Amino acid sequence: MGTWHEYLKTNGNPPEWPYPIKFGEETELEADVCILGGGIAGCWAAISAARTGAKVILMEKADVRRSGAGGPGCDHWCNVPGNPCSRVDPDTWAIEEMKAGGDFSNGIGIQIQCREDWDTLQEMEQMGGKIRDDKDEFLGVEGRDEKTKLMFSPRYSAGAGLGLPKGYGEPNFNPPEKRNNMVIRIWGSTFKPALKKECKRLGVTILDRVMATSLLNENGKQGARIVGATGLNTRTGEFVIVKAKAVIISAGGSGNAWFMDMEHGGYSSMYSRNNSSDGTAMAWRAGARVTMMEASSPYRIATGLKHKWYTGGGDASYENIPMVDSNGKILPYATQGWADGGAMFSDGPKMRAGIQSGEYELPFYADFAGIDPKEANATWNLMLNEESTTKIMVKTMTEGGFDYKRDQIMNYNMMEFQGSQQYREPGRGGLMVAWDLKTNLDGLYAAGTATFQPGDHSYAAATGRYAGRKAAAYAKSIDAGKVCRDQIDAEKERVLAPTKRDGGIEWKELHNGLCRVMQYYVGEFKSERTLDLALEEIERIEKYAVPQLYALDPHKLMRSLEDLSLIEHAKIMIRAMKERKLSNPKLSLSRVDYPNNDEEEMKYYLALRQEDGKPVFERIPLRYWGNMKEQYEAHNPDYTGVYKPEA
Amino acid sequence: MAEKVFAIPNVQTPSVPVRIDPAKCIGCNTCVEVCQIDVFIPNPEKGKPPIILHPEECWYCGCCATDCPTPGAMAFNWPLPLKPRWRNKETGEVHQLT
Repeated sequence: MGTWHEYLKTNGNPPEWPYPIKFGEETELEADVCILGGGIAGCWAAISAARTGAKVILMEKADVRRSGAGGPGCDHWCNVPGNPCSRVDPDTWAIEEMKAGGDFSNGIGIQIQCREDWDTLQEMEQMGGKIRDDKDEFLGVEGRDEKTKLMFSPRYSAGAGLGLPKGYGEPNFNPPEKRNNMVIRIWGSTFKPALKKECKRLGVTILDRVMATSLLNENGKQGARIVGATGLNTRTGEFVIVKAKAVIISAGGSGNAWFMDMEHGGYSSMYSRNNSSDGTAMAWRAGARVTMMEASSPYRIATGLKHKWYTGGGDASYENIPMVDSNGKILPYATQGWADGGAMFSDGPKMRAGIQSGEYELPFYADFAGIDPKEANATWNLMLNEESTTKIMVKTMTEGGFDYKRDQIMNYNMMEFQGSQQYREPGRGGLMVAWDLKTNLDGLYAAGTATFQPGDHSYAAATGRYAGRKAAAYAKSIDAGKVCRDQIDAEKERVLAPTKRDGGIEWKELHNGLCRVMQYYVGEFKSERTLDLALEEIERIEKYAVPQLYALDPHKLMRSLEDLSLIEHAKIMIRAMKERKLSNPKLSLSRVDYPNNDEEEMKYYLALRQEDGKPVFERIPLRYWGNMKEQYEAHNPDYTGVYKPEA
Repeated sequence: MAEKVFAIPNVQTPSVPVRIDPAKCIGCNTCVEVCQIDVFIPNPEKGKPPIILHPEECWYCGCCATDCPTPGAMAFNWPLPLKPRWRNKETGEVHQLT
């Protein structure tokens, strides 16, 4: 019940578009701070800016209540060295984290996260987010602190990084008194609704179902100060113009540039289709500087992901659950548990060899039934139940008869993962930011995934909160800039062009066309020849296919514009890959024509921006942010800590 | 007289990410509002269940079903290739979500 064809059969006609169509109409609004993207970072930015008295507009493609990567939930609040049980100094931990992520980490974002995300989490609790086991549901579970009722996670309990921690396997490895208590298990599904409620309480103007499409430069000149943004209502097609003294981009990533077949996209990707790099694309068009665009990663997918990745079945969310073969033999597969100090490491080659020799018999299982039921309960009903899209998995599997005390979940990793390198993902590239999370353009700030080398949920929250107060302070210091009507008109024409056609190429075909180019020429192995071919093909797509793009309603128009963003994003990436003439695993970049790791080149970020429509490359030294502790303190002498709600 | 058969394009696949019980659904459209994809549109008739318009864009976040205020009105329906399996440790019997 509820499908379109059932409606047709019952009513004898298809349903009309349920929202008023307003193609060509426009609304104009003004704010001190306009935030583009209402996920975790965007909500926090809005709240933090509004708390300083700024007039805030929050533009969100979906509905803020459940939008963004953290809309459904979140299982861990990572990097909380400021919490009362931590055994780590925040500044020391920030340096550890920066190193652990490779030399290309975002030290500014990490320092902000380590200094402020305990404050951020306490504010989350003020707003109604659940962060403690206050109902004593998980008494006796390892990592639960009796005094604070915080639930610490085994993840990172013995040190940062993805490999096996030092001392692993030795007697008395990782005893409770030595754990760093750096990661807190939280009830993340309660967070987004609470953030939306707080935005409303503070008087933030929330533009739900408005997709941001462009930034407005002062006098319409690329590279000039940002003075506003435009958007499209994804249900009515109305064009929205926001004049603002400061704009924060807190939009999502670009998970789907290589991922063909949109009809199976949703369950084969970790990202919702809404993640389409609109933020990066519009910033690039406005003249903002981006970096790390040459990095891409293998995507561990094949014919489906959700059931493999999110069930505790061993591909990612296997926290504390041992992996066994069909005969119950324990596999060399890290559990991310107390026994291995939260290691995120498994010995793939050993398992492959073991399968071939008969040592390990397929299929493999996550042995929920093999551990203390209290711990299995915490993994199933707290961690997995709160981990984003897993909540519905826990619910349907429990209703379907799965019992964590009795059963083992089938693991698909070694059955299916064949290293399909043509499926890749971007995700590490983004806006280059300075200490105020300001970009190279006056008036433009970035937070969360929009920054280069972004982190997780708590990174998004802490950087959003930080960018909000910085952008609000800037807005207070400056008069409103002048938007340019010609720039607005040109954008309106670009946005509405697909609605002027009734046939041609629809968004899914365009999307798949782009993905083919990325899979064939921008796969694991790259060369000048393949990258040139990619650019040539994308040029052809832009010349012949894009002018045929058509959209029959505002929803399809939104998807069409997303694909145009992905095309822009792909071109930036390919240009960066061409410019970076080396091979290095830190960037997941394999240039077969430049197999050497050029040590000198690896000391720089490759940054790109547009000037008069032409790409400009710059080399910015690694750790350009200076001494993280000193610089953070120099830029935040007036930081006031946890918000004190008015009586 | 034979039932009317419409000429319609192939049904989007997967077509039913959620099952709605029309006897229980009160047509409050909470699911329409929380879905970040706009999988649903509201039913033109007030109080009736929403229409699943863009099922193939679903990313299986489950917010529609978990935020549904009416018990039993909406159940998640994993597509056939996505139904997880588990094994009873003691008996070795393998089950799959149906």
